[in-house]
Amino acid sequence: MSELGPHASFILASYAAVAVVLGGLIASVLLDHRAQTRALAELEQRGVGRRSDRGRS
Amino acid sequence: MASLIDLANPTRFMRYSAVLLPWLAGLSAVSLVVGFYLAWFVAPADYQQGETIRIMFVHVPAAWLAMMFYTMMTLSSLGTLVWRHPLADVAQKTAAPIGAAFALICLLTGAFWGKPMWGTYWVWDARLTSMLVLLLIYLGIMALWRTLDEPSQAGRAVAILTLVGFVNVPIIKFSVDWWNTLHQPASVLRLDGPTIHASMLWPLLILAVGFTLMALVLHLVSMRAEIMRRRVRTLTILEAERLDRLAAEGAPA
Repeated sequence: MSELGPHASFILASYAAVAVVLGGLIASVLLDHRAQTRALAELEQRGVGRRSDRGRS
Repeated sequence: MASLIDLANPTRFMRYSAVLLPWLAGLSAVSLVVGFYLAWFVAPADYQQGETIRIMFVHVPAAWLAMMFYTMMTLSSLGTLVWRHPLADVAQKTAAPIGAAFALICLLTGAFWGKPMWGTYWVWDARLTSMLVLLLIYLGIMALWRTLDEPSQAGRAVAILTLVGFVNVPIIKFSVDWWNTLHQPASVLRLDGPTIHASMLWPLLILAVGFTLMALVLHLVSMRAEIMRRRVRTLTILEAERLDRLAAEGAPA
């Protein structure tokens, strides 16, 4: 802390803001990707497919 | 080698992006580790601003990325309106939260830098205000996407709003030249070259590359999720139509 001088709290607050905003963004992107992967897998497991897919089978 | 037209096919995009993602994520991680090491342990304190110069290493890349993502969204909007590119509105929609996050980081770190250097967290200066307007445009675009259910209809409406909002990007860039602002003029992207010392410039550029790669990774992952969401939507509608038809015919589902 002392090495960062008299404005250490502002420097640390900046980096904390970066960590919180980017951490939230990364978490929301990854959770959404996982949710969509699961939803698609579930539909495919139930045999739901496009008309063109059904035409082929 | 895949052309842009080849990548317009969502299935092909899913295949190529799956291969590309681990490499981009690895490069991003390496750039960020090296960049932060140089920024914190090698770059000296500024002769005027002291240790607060460390804030620059996250503030400046965030500002660049907030403007870069909006420019990318504008190009995607042209893709939607002019060429009806099948992935253009997917790219546009998924870029908005990423650009908004970097605009927010830029404003927050700028406020934490402004207080010790200017004596205030905020001032209605042309550069700060135009960056706040950019964040509000991002939020407006994200809200508009949520108001319309049909993706292609929403895509066209959002594309028009995005094109109109692009006028703010050159205003942000040149605000420090056009008006007398508290914010300092550009010190890296200048016609006569950077005015920042190499010991600070290199960590800044390496971190800018690291954050850009990270943002691209997040964008690709979001685009993959959006493509899957649209497939889920289409399949769910088809299934509902099939069940309706069976119910009308009186047959069991």
